[in-house]
Amino acid sequence: MNGPHDLGGMHSMGPIPIEENEPVFHSEWEAKVFAMSFATFVNYFPVDETRHASERMPPGEYLSSSYYERWLYALELLLAEHNLVTPDEIEARIAEFTQADSLID
Amino acid sequence: MPSHHHRPESEVALRVKAIESLLVEKGIVDLAALDAIIDTYEHKVGPHIGAQIVAKAWVDPEFKKRLLADGTGAISELGFTGFSSEHMVVVENTPEVHNLIVCTLCSCYPWAILGLPPTWYKSFAYRSRAVIEPRKVLQEFGLEIPEQVEVRVWDSNADLRYLVLPERPDGAEGWSEEDLATLVTRNAMIGAAKVQPPAAADSLVA
Repeated sequence: MNGPHDLGGMHSMGPIPIEENEPVFHSEWEAKVFAMSFATFVNYFPVDETRHASERMPPGEYLSSSYYERWLYALELLLAEHNLVTPDEIEARIAEFTQADSLID
Repeated sequence: MPSHHHRPESEVALRVKAIESLLVEKGIVDLAALDAIIDTYEHKVGPHIGAQIVAKAWVDPEFKKRLLADGTGAISELGFTGFSSEHMVVVENTPEVHNLIVCTLCSCYPWAILGLPPTWYKSFAYRSRAVIEPRKVLQEFGLEIPEQVEVRVWDSNADLRYLVLPERPDGAEGWSEEDLATLVTRNAMIGAAKVQPPAAADSLVA
């Protein structure tokens, strides 16, 4: 598939972002996305399908997202395609959490 | 699918929390298993494993021969085979050849041997440039490769992962395998650095 992921040889991507003493994950959500993907690709779909799912991200989004945002995209796509969690369920749960937060405030 | 780019961190974090709660509720994943996965990659696997392989190759010529001929087999002798490192090729840096590993398509990397890759390895800049201007890329890491030294770039894929066997530095003659392993850095095993002689390593710390 000739998608945005096929980056070898592309020009103008700028300097290498080298970070000294980099943590394994930069936030809790990154760690959770990694762990949920790992747990599901071990048990529900093969890792190659996860990779393919991230390659199906629309090019504009692919090139403007971070690494674990692409993993998150792949995770959501595969959860939906394998009938594990629907996009509607995710939006509904976000709405619930948002409402609960606003009640606390 | 909904759009994911340019989202504030808090929005992404909330989204991830929502997915986690649904997966736990449905019994698809459990929290303890997620914590165990995170703990493994934050604390258990990492470059210290690759460093042991390199140090052994430096002190044991027979092991080194096997490692370069059949990376997968030699690494499994040490019990370090694992997820994402099932098929390994080890390439040796010499005074004539400098090797550099990349994954242009995504982030393929020997997880069981080096842990998860650093951000720079997964960056669009590294993925695109390592294969067309590796010497310039290496300069950004502070590594000047003389013109007469050949640079070989290896593009990883889903089924095949690479490890660089760096040159053993001078000044560590007679060192034990264990002590040698402390000199070996992650970047040296990707080819983005050389292993520094002990004196230089000390002065970097000081």
